[in-house]
Amino acid sequence: MLNPLATADGTVEAPAGPSPAPSMSERSEAPPVPGPDQESRAWLAGLRAEGARKEETSRRLHDLLLRAARFEINRRKGSHPHLRGGDLDDLAHQAANDALLAILGKLDTYRGDSRFTTWAYKFALLEAAVKVRRRAWQGREVPIEPEHWSVIASRGGSPAGEAEGNELLASISAAIESELSAHQREVLVAVALSDVPIDVLAERLNTTRGALYKTIHDARKKLRSHLAVEGLRFEKDELESTGLRS
Amino acid sequence: MNDEARLLKRLLGPAGPEISCEECFEQLDRYVELELSGADADAAIPGMSAHLEGCPACHEDHRSLRDLVEAESSSS
Repeated sequence: MLNPLATADGTVEAPAGPSPAPSMSERSEAPPVPGPDQESRAWLAGLRAEGARKEETSRRLHDLLLRAARFEINRRKGSHPHLRGGDLDDLAHQAANDALLAILGKLDTYRGDSRFTTWAYKFALLEAAVKVRRRAWQGREVPIEPEHWSVIASRGGSPAGEAEGNELLASISAAIESELSAHQREVLVAVALSDVPIDVLAERLNTTRGALYKTIHDARKKLRSHLAVEGLRFEKDELESTGLRS
Repeated sequence: MNDEARLLKRLLGPAGPEISCEECFEQLDRYVELELSGADADAAIPGMSAHLEGCPACHEDHRSLRDLVEAESSSS
């Protein structure tokens, strides 16, 4: 939905004064779409200004992004004990720098659907998370060889209550071999079985997170279709009834 | 959830329709603010919760943004 504050070229400008209240007919035809709040409009105005004002606003935004990047890195450092303090702070600064550039490049896409700071935080968090994941996998081999998917069938235990789950796993293992392309197999196995972060795999395969997730989505769709043809049950509620969910 | 159920979930993903990673990033800030305000975020952005269930990276990004915004709100 179009932002009522958006101009013809999609940019958002601070209103000159309070907006008139919508008439009853306007209220019934479309839900109200709040534009940027006062603080968000101030951020936009500062970043679109020239000279010292723009520099000052950019500096404050960088401070904000650095705080967000450190928040993300701090919550991840426990999972990556080999990453040292200096490395992590370098990553936080790199993430804040890259996020600031991304934000300035995409400023006109901000529609005011959330506060400006929430919108900006997501760039810093994404940059920080991707950088930590990639640093953690630096120099490590990504397991995509075909033998990795054949372990699926052997992962299931054999308690009586889980027999149906074991049948499902065996059927999925066979379908991975017969139904999926080599690329779909590699990507699904790496991400779903070997816990390779999708951003790490995207970097190794010179592609994007979105493109790889599309591959995973298509592979899952094929597996689900195969199971449905075989008459196997696999929805959450049905898994629960077989004792597979707890 | 036991190991087999977790494995099946990771291999088969969510059952319902889901949005892409790009759409997820586009809508993430709005989704989080709707969640934190108590609004029905899933109704406002159909396919988001299914995507967060199926994509581990976007799931983590969502959790981080929600926790950060929540922490900022409680400290101000």
